[in-house]
Amino acid sequence: MNEDMLLEYEDIEKSFFGVRVLSKVSFALRKGHILGLVGENGAGKSTLVNILGGVISSDAGHIRFQGREYTAASPADAFRQGIGFIHQELNLFTNLDVAENIFIAGFPVRRIACIPWIDARAMRARAEELLGSVGLAIPCDTLVERLSQGERQLVEIAKALRLSARLIILDEPTTSLTARESERLFTLMKELQGRGISMIFISHNLGDVFRLCDDIVVLRDGLVVDAGPVERFSENRVISLMVGRSLDHYYPPRATVPDGEVLLEVSGLSHPGIVEDISLTLRRGEVLGVSGLMGAGRSELARILFGLDPYTRGEITVKGLRMPSGPPRAAIRSGMAFLTENRREEGLLMEASVADNIALVCLPSFTRTPSGLVDSASLKREVSGAASKLRIRSSSLDRQKVRTLSGGNQQKVVLAKWLLSGPSVFILDEPTRGIDVGAKHEIYKIINDLAGRGAGVLLISSEIEELMGMCDRILVMSAGEITACVERPEYDRERILRFALGRKPV
Amino acid sequence: MIRQGDRLLAFLLRNATAFLFVAAFLAFGVQAPAFLEPANLLNILLQSSSAAITATGMTFVLLAGGIDLSVGSIMFVSAALAGKVVLGGGSLALVIPIVLAVGIACGAINALFITRLRIQAFIATLAALYMWRGLGLWITRTRAMNLPESLLQVGTARPLGIPAPIFIFCAVLASAHLVLARTPVGRQIYAIGNDREAADKAGIASGRVIAIVYIISGLCAALGGLVSVAQLGAVSPTFGNQREFAAIAAAVLGGTSLFGGRGRVFPGTVLGAVLIQTVENGLVIINANPYVYPLIMSAIIFVAVFTDSARHARLSRLSRRYIRPWQAAARRVETANSGEEGKQ
Repeated sequence: MNEDMLLEYEDIEKSFFGVRVLSKVSFALRKGHILGLVGENGAGKSTLVNILGGVISSDAGHIRFQGREYTAASPADAFRQGIGFIHQELNLFTNLDVAENIFIAGFPVRRIACIPWIDARAMRARAEELLGSVGLAIPCDTLVERLSQGERQLVEIAKALRLSARLIILDEPTTSLTARESERLFTLMKELQGRGISMIFISHNLGDVFRLCDDIVVLRDGLVVDAGPVERFSENRVISLMVGRSLDHYYPPRATVPDGEVLLEVSGLSHPGIVEDISLTLRRGEVLGVSGLMGAGRSELARILFGLDPYTRGEITVKGLRMPSGPPRAAIRSGMAFLTENRREEGLLMEASVADNIALVCLPSFTRTPSGLVDSASLKREVSGAASKLRIRSSSLDRQKVRTLSGGNQQKVVLAKWLLSGPSVFILDEPTRGIDVGAKHEIYKIINDLAGRGAGVLLISSEIEELMGMCDRILVMSAGEITACVERPEYDRERILRFALGRKPV
Repeated sequence: MIRQGDRLLAFLLRNATAFLFVAAFLAFGVQAPAFLEPANLLNILLQSSSAAITATGMTFVLLAGGIDLSVGSIMFVSAALAGKVVLGGGSLALVIPIVLAVGIACGAINALFITRLRIQAFIATLAALYMWRGLGLWITRTRAMNLPESLLQVGTARPLGIPAPIFIFCAVLASAHLVLARTPVGRQIYAIGNDREAADKAGIASGRVIAIVYIISGLCAALGGLVSVAQLGAVSPTFGNQREFAAIAAAVLGGTSLFGGRGRVFPGTVLGAVLIQTVENGLVIINANPYVYPLIMSAIIFVAVFTDSARHARLSRLSRRYIRPWQAAARRVETANSGEEGKQ
């Protein structure tokens, strides 16, 4: 329709498993403009660009690209049509050199005796040219594994330019870059813009968004809440647009208050490149929240606390016992339980039965002495007790595979598994991610129940409301550090988000 | 201090096979001067040709992050068929294309299981191992076949003055090396071995490339079987038994990673295959206790696999994601300098 528009989204919708992720998303991107896409974790930013990049398809709506109706069957298809996608996790082969990475899906070839041979000279020449255009002065036969993150990012951009991309999507490109590398990237983006290439820039760093972008689209809960030229916005306004939602979940009240006994104490915990100088205390009966943006180091901290990853400095003390930087066995023995963020891969044996999964952690305590065999009768009693307490809905505890349960019930299985070992410190990493509202509510009740019975809960969540609804205090992390500890009377979404963005509150 | 030790370890890991090679030569040479005679060295090369050809095919599979346990049985089936054809009066000109076709067909069936039916390569090729062994036993009626002179010609001919097994071996090696280093498919094999998901995202036809890899492995195994039967002049029911492990061991000894994406046929796999044969030959020449053979072989395989996982662990450390990149950058440079991998 409009000549100046490179890309138009029209009423794009997408649901996953019945949960609406994008609803009626419409916006347009002008030729040669940089569009900043902002929103909280889970607002639908990635889904929005994944549709464009051919990673997933939309359920309804239209996209017009370069004046034509656009669909992409695969990432390669999107690329051929002129859309370069630079994912947060880079897509490079570390064992190949830079030139090979740029041309991996379409080498320049010369046929000799019917066999396509790579035309190395043409490939190198073109690669040097592309590297020159992104300002990367390295020989193109350098192996990618020898490059820094920033250099790899530039290689990705060179790769995107191979088929003269008209639009480049950059999904959180700066999270693993140093300040200097980011500057270099921004200079390049401005240069590319000068050559008429449009970009979609996703970032949590609003400062960068305001510096680089011509237009801003703010997403919240899958809806475009505002869109327009950058001049219309201020950082404060964008933040309130991002969070400005009413409390739509109900958080059950907790009857008890934390008492004085410290269960978990962490002081000066550091590991180079991961976390820096983390100190916290978790008391009996307390629910302590950990907020922060994607990549702020929340899950990494949890893994270190539980002994899955090492630490180099600092101390972790559980009920007065110092925890080594070692395997989780010590942590489990001292009464710690950990619900991983990724229950499909780390927390559950998907092909095993519900009962087997629940029994996994506490198995050693059900062995009969001296034979060492499992006392299956009492184990079964305990397992079904835990299952009914958490109201796990399963047709048969012994026979139903965990894979076939709903997300919420899977999460309850993980909880039940840890409950049986009677832990006193729970680390819950995104316990309500991807489960429906009803199941969420039940998980909240379980968390309150745990705290009520004297356990300490460290609750990691991307949803600020959830933390405000559930926690006694909220720690905010940014770039591997704790930037604030917010007490209940000071709860304020904007304030927490500001700390998470690494900014001092006004 | 720590860095120095780290570097030394990296150096040892990188060159473990070369050290083993030198050690084997010194040890056997000192104990039995006959070991170092040119005739014996040529003999070692001759004896290792068949294994090296099979291991070259295996290298393709391992590079793509797969595994092929069926190569020993493919050797058996192709040798058995070759024997049948020759005994039935078929000429050499008929035998060779039949053997190659058998290899390609076996490889294609593996590829079908793995890429279309999405069966784990380990399981699919394990099933194929039993299937081809059974078929071979059926063809031979579980009896050893003594083969006529005509087939032995393949073992004794000397095109361009080079013994035929070594000639074939060099031809296979050269083509394999060129395909891996210079063709799009070759480079895509490395890419798939490095990160299958990224390869799909990049638009590589991964299924097709993986199919090619198993077909090449089947073809090489059949050729290895032909060379071996031509040298032995007989096909016994245990022909090719456990050769898959020798092939994997040779490839891994030569620096090919079981985790995929790293390694090369030249000099890597060749060196590995020849090393295994050198040790076997040396043990015979010094008259070692036959019960010691498997122990020494297992020690060598252990060294190969251990260095592979040690290398892999180092690389995983390098590719960790960091939240605080300004701290990680310094570490990355430090570790990368102390132990980078050779470029293929």
